[in-house]
Amino acid sequence: MTAVPRPAPAAEEDVVPRYSTAARLSHWAVAVAYIALFFSGLALFHPFFFWTSSLFGGAAFMRLLHPYLGSAFFVFFLVYALRLREDNRLLPSDRQWLRGMTGYMTRKAELPVEGKYNAGQKMMYWSMLTIIPLLFLTGMAIWRPYFAPSLPLVFRRVAGLCHATLAFIMFVGIGVHVYAAYWTKGTMRAMTRGTVTGAWARFHHPVWYARVTGRRADAPPAEGR
Amino acid sequence: MALQSLDVVRRSASTTPAPQARGALEVAKLIDISKCIGCKACQSACMEWNDLRDLVGTNQGSYDNPLDLSAQSWTVMRFYEEELPEKGLAWLIVKDGCLHCSEPGCLAACPAPGAILQHANGIVDFQQEYCIGCGYCQTGCPFNIPRYSMRDQKAYKCTLCSDRVSVGLEPACVKTCPTGALNFGAKADMTDLAEERIGELKERGFAEAAVYDPAGVGGTHVIYVLPHGDPELYRLPRAPRVSPIVRLWRSGLARTLGVVTMVSVVVAGIFHYMKVGPLEVPEEKGKESRP
Repeated sequence: MTAVPRPAPAAEEDVVPRYSTAARLSHWAVAVAYIALFFSGLALFHPFFFWTSSLFGGAAFMRLLHPYLGSAFFVFFLVYALRLREDNRLLPSDRQWLRGMTGYMTRKAELPVEGKYNAGQKMMYWSMLTIIPLLFLTGMAIWRPYFAPSLPLVFRRVAGLCHATLAFIMFVGIGVHVYAAYWTKGTMRAMTRGTVTGAWARFHHPVWYARVTGRRADAPPAEGR
Repeated sequence: MALQSLDVVRRSASTTPAPQARGALEVAKLIDISKCIGCKACQSACMEWNDLRDLVGTNQGSYDNPLDLSAQSWTVMRFYEEELPEKGLAWLIVKDGCLHCSEPGCLAACPAPGAILQHANGIVDFQQEYCIGCGYCQTGCPFNIPRYSMRDQKAYKCTLCSDRVSVGLEPACVKTCPTGALNFGAKADMTDLAEERIGELKERGFAEAAVYDPAGVGGTHVIYVLPHGDPELYRLPRAPRVSPIVRLWRSGLARTLGVVTMVSVVVAGIFHYMKVGPLEVPEEKGKESRP
């Protein structure tokens, strides 16, 4: 068994800041709220997963808790999303990235990325920015005992159906998001420690690297110093 | 296990069959509106047997009291004044309450295992101890019956006196009805009795008289004799059925497909990693030569 060669550990100074402490805390607040929301909703999604209600002190209490968790999640998400909106603006080059996405996923081709995020990340951002407010609204519509009683029945029926469907789509999206972060080595530390290695930044986001550091991505860092 | 129900044909949010060793005769309550005088003895009997006390309401200019079903009022008499083209002014009195559908929308919508049961005798019963208070039963019901208690956040409705029926008694409302407008027995017998009443009514000039046992919900275990025929006159839906939106929303197939897809996403991630391997940053030229 041959060991997979890992990139040489970056010299201490060759790191690029990617997320501030505030951004990271904001991200993990969203993540923790999502995990709690996911497991408390899953029990109601399919009886096979009803056992997840035990994590919340029983199903009745879980049902009470879920909308509050959802509201907290919604607020956390908006705060976090607002922070990322500039870097998620769609650029003409994103089209090219999306066209070559399959090659990227199979590691057959590299794709030029212009900004802090590639087009895949931007798609995730905008789809979440669409889905989460809709989940919040449909969730409000079936929130017993507060909002649901004042809404017409057909509204609550449609809201229930949409809430379940959107939650399902969101799980798939979050699954891709988590996997992509794990798959792309060197990414996780951006959200845990706030920095990425210079090599990571030059390779994945050369234009962003140049913008942040004022150095060219294709020149090795040693020369500049 | 004497207290355990062994005659459950349907159980909410359950993946395996409920205990059904014990069969039962399908029962029904017949409400003959032509014989009802609106005395509300049934309401009192319901309160008395089930030990329920609704708030003393306010008079709203009609005999309706209480004005609506509630967690404390599982049956109410509703009084409608209708101008009928040939018969002139008619006073229609409808005993409202759960119809105990053969295909209950409440049960289909309920996400709490065992919170709603359907017994072999046809009674659809809420088990409040398992109720989680989501109110989905209300979205499932085509008759607007389940009521939500703000006190304990549980849903309530008529039990068809399942406790009485299980020991061979008729529901409290039926026992107390002074005019014979309410009857209780085997569903087949009640259907026959209803047809007999329809025949009598037709002889008396009620040409449109009809039985209300709507097929859209598989038939019900509370059936009506409607002297004027049209259910809308009595504020009953003409063709009730569980909303297709609710059917899709709570469909076992759609949900199972959803779960299978979610698991597939996880499996696909593992397989992708095994096949493609991690996306590493390639080594850069000149970097290794650094001191």
